Amino acid sequence: MPSRRPVRTWWLSLALLSAPLLLFLCLPLVALVLRIDLLSVLMRLGEPPVVQAISLSLLTASLATLIALFAGTPVAYLLARWSFRGRGVLDTLIDLPMVLPPSVAGIALLITFGRRGLVGQYLAEWGVSLAFTSAAVVLAQTFVAAPFYVKAAMGAFARVERELEQAAAIDGASPLQVFRLVTVPLSRTMLLGGLVMTWARALGEFGATIIFAGNLPGRTQTMPLAIYLGFELDLGVALTLSVILLATSFAVLFVVKRILAQSVPSGSL
Amino acid sequence: MTRYARSFVMVVIATLASCGSSTQGVPGTTSADMNATQTVASVGQASAAADTQSVPSPATPAGNTGALNVFAAASLAGAFTELAKQFESANTAMLRLNFAGSQQLAQQIKEGAAADIFASANQRQLAVAIEAGRVGAGTQQIFARNRLVVIYPQDNPAQLTQLQDLAKPNVKLVLAAEAVPVGEYALDFLTKASELPEYSAAYKQSVLGNVVSYEENVKAVLTKVALSEADAGVVYSSDVSPEVAGQVGRIDIPDELNTLAAYPIAPISDSPNAELAGQFIEYVLSPEGQDVLAKYGFIVDDGAGQPTASSVKQP
Repeated sequence: MPSRRPVRTWWLSLALLSAPLLLFLCLPLVALVLRIDLLSVLMRLGEPPVVQAISLSLLTASLATLIALFAGTPVAYLLARWSFRGRGVLDTLIDLPMVLPPSVAGIALLITFGRRGLVGQYLAEWGVSLAFTSAAVVLAQTFVAAPFYVKAAMGAFARVERELEQAAAIDGASPLQVFRLVTVPLSRTMLLGGLVMTWARALGEFGATIIFAGNLPGRTQTMPLAIYLGFELDLGVALTLSVILLATSFAVLFVVKRILAQSVPSGSL
Repeated sequence: MTRYARSFVMVVIATLASCGSSTQGVPGTTSADMNATQTVASVGQASAAADTQSVPSPATPAGNTGALNVFAAASLAGAFTELAKQFESANTAMLRLNFAGSQQLAQQIKEGAAADIFASANQRQLAVAIEAGRVGAGTQQIFARNRLVVIYPQDNPAQLTQLQDLAKPNVKLVLAAEAVPVGEYALDFLTKASELPEYSAAYKQSVLGNVVSYEENVKAVLTKVALSEADAGVVYSSDVSPEVAGQVGRIDIPDELNTLAAYPIAPISDSPNAELAGQFIEYVLSPEGQDVLAKYGFIVDDGAGQPTASSVKQP
């Protein structure tokens, strides 16, 4: 019995030490939920600014995720399977958008794809203008969110045992068939996890969007922008959208963790 | 193990305690004033002033050390930094400038911050200081005015020459959001213009149809026009600072359509440096000081006469 006491004290102190941060992280979210009443949220769900922001957010975040999937998969496979000079640099470059302040991303996009930008000036000659369009929202979201999918896919591909792929190749499968029939099915859950993370990150994108795409209801005003500007004008709209984002993000993360827990040792996400 | 836990607790408590004390000075510097024009300057200055704020009121009776705490509206950051520099070199004085939104400064002063001078972007916030008993009624003087202007990139891609052109199809116009004072004033301007015969009745509607973005603050409007991403924007005339004057052209908005913001300045009544404070205010109102303000786009009265506040609409 005496030998149990230090252990119990240890766990007790750990719990006490954990409490401040846990409280700090949870209380603001609880406050957000307490501040609204469900009825007014449901009523505001029908208001045009809220509907516009939600539908624009869902559309752009989904498009950004699709782009990440189709453009990101080859990148991830390349980096996971092929070592070459400069691979480390490339790998770090992909990490960069995840750690950069989104405002930096927004400025970078603006001076690249803006009307006087590095690439934008040539696009402008063809009559293509990206700034202040919904396409700019998608680009901003893709820029900051696609790396989440690429990194997850790299990890997933790296876990697939090379022997299985080689066996399929020996049996006469083409590289594309190996990829499609062996690699992807074996890494499906992690790919899915990466996609959902990308989607969630794109949904929450704010800084790059407001700088590169601007803020116009119905065209470039996504949920985070409507929350930020609504905060000063109409707190009700801001709170409603905040709670929707909160609920969506929680659901998404929870589902992803459940999916991943089935196939991957826990603690990897 | 418990020994480690105990020391851990000590560390946590110490950290929490230090966080608690440092947040005391923060309110003035957080939630960025949407009207703030010189954000970079104001952040640096405001943190310096946060120290002075933690000193309880009234201002420290440290004797006449020749130091002044000047609380000035964020839009004054450029002009007041230069004014302070010149005043310091002409006198043996040290000026600590605290730039923030006028409403934040008014709250800080109300809460007893050690200020010597309050320069507000509008009368309403100065009135807060008067009500709090920190500024004597009638001691304020209007030292500058600000007004709206339409700006366009130097190469003028939409070929704008007059205000009516804002209603032309396919002009990319950027305004500040309605919650931002300058955005609200811009809407006022459009409403007033639509009632005039020189403009079509649908002027406001057509112009708003050209808006490609409602920006979060006036500085963002300026930047997007200066970068030539937008064809036009509506900002304060003081935003067209010497640094950006070469990048944008301007179309003035006539007085009858404009909202003129009047900037009052007043000494804090319990200032221990009243004499020096009076000297700085005098300097701001002097032709020299007024020249500096004019250089930063503020409207000042010609001659040394003090502008009358009656002709000015209160924002």
